[in-house]
Amino acid sequence: MRHLTEIRWHGRGGQGAKTAALLLADVAFGIGKHVQGFPEYGPERMGAPVTAYDRISDSEIRVHSNIYEPDFVAVVDDTLLHSVDVTAGLKKDGAILINTEMKKEEILPLLKGFEGAVFIIDARRVCMETLGKYFPNMPMLAALVRISRVMERDVFFREMESSLKHKFAKKPEVLEGNMQALYKAFEAVELVSRPAGRVSSMPSKDRGYRYTASLQSGQLARAAGMHA
Amino acid sequence: MALSAKEINETTRWQDITEGLQIYEPATSKEFMTGEWRTETPVVDWDKCRQCLLCVPYCPDSSIPVQEGKRLEFDYDHCKGCGICVAACPFGAISMKEGK
Amino acid sequence: MAVRKSLSGNEAVAYAMKQINPDVMPAFPITPSTELPQFVSSYIANGEMDTEFIPVESEHSAMSAAIGAEAAGARTMTATSSAGLALMWEMLYVAASNRLPIALALVNRALSGPLNINCEHSDSMGARDSGWIQIYAEDNQEAYDNFIQAYRIAEHKDVMLPIMICQDGFIISHGVSNIELLEDETVKAFVGAYHPKHYLLNADEPMAVGPYAVSCYGMEAKRAQAQGMMHAKQVILDVAEEFEKISGRKYGFYEGYQLEDAEYAIVAIGSACGTTKDAVDELRKAGKRVGLLKVRVFRPFPGKELADALKGCKAIAVMDRCESFSANGGPLAAELSAALFQAKSQAEVIKIVYGLNGRDYTVTEAKQLFADLEEIAANGRQETEEYRYIGLRE
Repeated sequence: MRHLTEIRWHGRGGQGAKTAALLLADVAFGIGKHVQGFPEYGPERMGAPVTAYDRISDSEIRVHSNIYEPDFVAVVDDTLLHSVDVTAGLKKDGAILINTEMKKEEILPLLKGFEGAVFIIDARRVCMETLGKYFPNMPMLAALVRISRVMERDVFFREMESSLKHKFAKKPEVLEGNMQALYKAFEAVELVSRPAGRVSSMPSKDRGYRYTASLQSGQLARAAGMHA
Repeated sequence: MALSAKEINETTRWQDITEGLQIYEPATSKEFMTGEWRTETPVVDWDKCRQCLLCVPYCPDSSIPVQEGKRLEFDYDHCKGCGICVAACPFGAISMKEGK
Repeated sequence: MAVRKSLSGNEAVAYAMKQINPDVMPAFPITPSTELPQFVSSYIANGEMDTEFIPVESEHSAMSAAIGAEAAGARTMTATSSAGLALMWEMLYVAASNRLPIALALVNRALSGPLNINCEHSDSMGARDSGWIQIYAEDNQEAYDNFIQAYRIAEHKDVMLPIMICQDGFIISHGVSNIELLEDETVKAFVGAYHPKHYLLNADEPMAVGPYAVSCYGMEAKRAQAQGMMHAKQVILDVAEEFEKISGRKYGFYEGYQLEDAEYAIVAIGSACGTTKDAVDELRKAGKRVGLLKVRVFRPFPGKELADALKGCKAIAVMDRCESFSANGGPLAAELSAALFQAKSQAEVIKIVYGLNGRDYTVTEAKQLFADLEEIAANGRQETEEYRYIGLRE
């Protein structure tokens, strides 16, 4: 039986899409998963579009190609929606997460008729309220964990706290802000479009958005638990 | 394997030479009689030589031995006959003769 | 007890370097191997290593300094990629012919042009005849394991040759995934201290390194050097066997994956093998007798052993992540074809060039290649075809 979640990140050089992908791999590894986190290098310059990937699985991962049919896509910079085909290959029962200040009405026309679930988060607002500086990584990571359910909410927070404690051992004052950014982002995710014909409702805080995996195909099917 | 430099010659088999042709002893160039290459030979006129020793550092083959502050006869086993000492001598005490 | 981590290939090899703690590392940065000297420098700055790091002004200098250090009697390593290896070229031969067991961590990257920083094997494949042992890795685990085995092979008295431990640029070097690390003490005990028999700093034995050799000596010198490479075969197997005892992980010249009863086989080097394994699993479920032969050791080239591993196959695709511009396919295909001919193999062989300049190689392509092999086995290969590309727009 194969539980494999594949995630594609879109960002711009310098925004930390690669770092977010590696962080996600790291926390997933921390709870005993097999992981891959890797960037796809293009021009390697600030501002240039960057793609990064995550594979998270219960069994060993051997494939070393890029991800063409992701379960989830995370877009760190909404200006990419104009230049990059961010939903390319994204599974219809998967979901896209976009960091944006735009409203639902503005964002949906930019997604080229993608039929799956669309989530947005205003990572800038989360950052300014918690860190006082704009580092979209942390909110995006939390938001993606919430929608993808690659791990339980509490497990995620616990893992992140221990990893940040280690990372900021010399700057313990930074820990609290980062943790707040994660908590806040978890709540700030908004479902703005859901696949037609599916029953969805907003889940309780503790349970996050719920998916059940269709085990045969490895595709994620959505169970009840969301509303748009 | 690992023969001394003296034992390695043009008949040595590949199995018997050292790794990377390394030489594990010092000053083996002494064994190589480069004096044999000489076509002209420097000769000292000892009446003219003032023992200034200027020829000594000029000799590229270290073939002018010095003992107790005085140069001795050329080391003809290693002198290649380049003639630099002739040009270096301020007193015209060295000249080249044809042959060995 | 093994330590489980998630590390990139570069982090993993740097960790092996830290555990081995060699005496000297001269290095010059180049993408994607830059992190290796960078990590080592941090380890040194943090007091976790006492390697003498020599910042040099070029890769030619890096290899020259490595040669000097190794000849002096110091256990020496360096790291590079692509154009960096090309700039070392002259000195690669000097290191090998002087029988200096330097370890080089190579992060495989394309050579220009077009200017490109991504994965390709053209750098190390170009250096395949420089006299260095070459060992390749499928993933970060193998890159780490291979580096830990490197000095045991290179410094063996019957070998005394430099060794290149290769990993795929970016795909492995910058991809984070699960890995099992050995304990520091286990690595230390396994690698052991370096006691060269002859070395320049030995005051009791003055010696000369790198002498001029006229034609009546040079050929014997090269033949003796070749013997070191021949001996390396047994040493590689012996070291792998010992390594298995401390790690539980088995290594040899190659890994056969579902190869025993395979009729159709793909032969490849590096990260493409993992992708091919997934294709093999999918096709095996559909009842196809397909398999993979992953080449780990390219120098010395285990031609006989590889041909033997493929003897049940009807059709074989040999893949090179490198264009030789020979109009005859890549180096692995050329050498393996020759080995198969020597072994009187009747299998159809197609030579494949793939993955140039970081072009992706997918499970879908691997499956298509197996389908092509089945077709070729049934209907024969086009006589006019020298080699083909996959993943190319045409």
